[in-house]
Amino acid sequence: MAAQVFAYIEHKNGVADDTALELVSAARSIFPDASPAAIVTGSGADLDAVCSDLAASYSEVWKFDNEALAYPNAEAIRKLLVAVLPAEAVVLVPHDTFGMDLAPGLSIKLDSVFVSDAAGIEGLDGDNLKVIRQEYSGQVSTHLMANISTGAVINIRPGVFQPDESKSANGQVIDKSSEIGELTVGRRFLEVVEAEAGDVDITKEDILVSVGRGIEDQDNIEIAQELAEAVGGVVSCSRPIVDAKWLEKPRQVGTSGQTVKPKVYMALGISGSFQHLGGIKGNPFIVAVNKNPKAPIFQIADVGVVEDLLDFVPVLTEKIQEGK
Amino acid sequence: MEILVCVKRVPDTAENEIEVNRDGSDIERDDLVYSVNEWDNYAVEEAIQIVDKVGGAVTVVSLGDEESEEVVRREMAMGANNGILVSDDVFTGSDGKGIAAILKAVVEKGTYDLILTGAQADDGAGQIGGMLAAMLDVPYASVVNSIEVLNDNQLKVGREIEGGNQEMNEIALPCVLSIQTGINEPRYVGIRGIRKVASVDIPIWGASDLGLDPANVGESGAGVKRVDYFVPELGEGAEILEGSSEEIAEKLIDLLKTKGGIK
Repeated sequence: MAAQVFAYIEHKNGVADDTALELVSAARSIFPDASPAAIVTGSGADLDAVCSDLAASYSEVWKFDNEALAYPNAEAIRKLLVAVLPAEAVVLVPHDTFGMDLAPGLSIKLDSVFVSDAAGIEGLDGDNLKVIRQEYSGQVSTHLMANISTGAVINIRPGVFQPDESKSANGQVIDKSSEIGELTVGRRFLEVVEAEAGDVDITKEDILVSVGRGIEDQDNIEIAQELAEAVGGVVSCSRPIVDAKWLEKPRQVGTSGQTVKPKVYMALGISGSFQHLGGIKGNPFIVAVNKNPKAPIFQIADVGVVEDLLDFVPVLTEKIQEGK
Repeated sequence: MEILVCVKRVPDTAENEIEVNRDGSDIERDDLVYSVNEWDNYAVEEAIQIVDKVGGAVTVVSLGDEESEEVVRREMAMGANNGILVSDDVFTGSDGKGIAAILKAVVEKGTYDLILTGAQADDGAGQIGGMLAAMLDVPYASVVNSIEVLNDNQLKVGREIEGGNQEMNEIALPCVLSIQTGINEPRYVGIRGIRKVASVDIPIWGASDLGLDPANVGESGAGVKRVDYFVPELGEGAEILEGSSEEIAEKLIDLLKTKGGIK
């Protein structure tokens, strides 16, 4: 008999996250006949709205309504899940900053295996689930075998599985709030501090000239700046540039920065981690310039230039200026 | 405050092209440049800054082969007070849970108020901190990008969440935090700093020193095992422009013009 599969649903303002329907497909990649149950925690009308929407996609929606769950505190939610999940449950969680907070510790408390950031699932062989992950900033992939005989917690990379839009589950919402139990935590949520606005709004630009580690030095940012001026775009960047404090945070593209939707995205010296690519939407024309031919950015770019950006970009800028 | 920081020696992905070896059993390790995991280096810097403010000591521990001693020594040159190398053949093949169990034994051999890890390392799993906290039954916060010591029993920590926002929390000590890059500016370690700690004794602890049953760690205790490494074939990928820099630039300009990439 197949173990029961649960999907942890993230939601905000009464709307389920995009990952909610992706987890249905992820569950079926483990057990083709799976009818996973959705687990939704929160409070009030927003929670009710999310649950009733999800009943179209999940045969069972387990609702946990409690004031203490109004903001998703991973420690409280872990306690709740340990109390209510059956033995040998397979739990799917989106791999984002909440999933990273919740899942590793949950696997310890459930005494089940943990697989982080699954980028693909190749199915079960006996008790062993074959999973694909990426390592070394996406430069190589690896197959893992996870023994799920005592259950599993699997973090699923957002955007990998096709969302199941069939809405054919005709499921029911089951209010399990009475099973919540005590939720005392050692970590108390205070507030969310919103990102500060910068001098430019990269989310509204059609042409982005984006720099990564390959720029090597703060003084070289000028090279990108000159190209941006020549093409009529603005400079954005990947995370290491903000970490080094060479550019301001509002210029960072990626899941931990801004989500942009330009027409043209020029990635200069950016390797292309999935966190960075997660911030690029709207299917822009992507140009990658990177001296490492193995850089993952070349897999998703439309056009690639395998050269050191410090050599190539000044040539490009000069040619553009000449043509004007 | 007594702080333990867990650090890992990893191939430096900024310096290396990582390739799969011939039979797919590992990455090609010849000629790789290794360094301390970038996230861990930020964690050590943060620990040193906390101790500079409130007193205490920083201990750095690395789990790995004998080569990992060099990263322990490097972090001591940065300013960590103590170093420990945890190394034993029976640890080879440990999964995340196995590594967390080994580190739990290290933690329990000392008295620590705060345990820091990097938010992730070379395998990108980001799992050890959360597992260790759960095993120790202490609170945990991941992807931490600010720490303020409130008092002897409490920290205020910021977590980097989606969209560049920051989630603020109060967390009780002792606790485990996984540290995000950018939380501080790690200090430069010069050759003189390395020389100063060149002869410092770094103890090496194995399974028996830590009271660990070899059956529960390493490959035999692992519920998650790596099968192979491979390079995925993901569609066609980019059209790579060929020629001299000038020729490539001209081709690219033509493409950019048709795609609205030049105003």
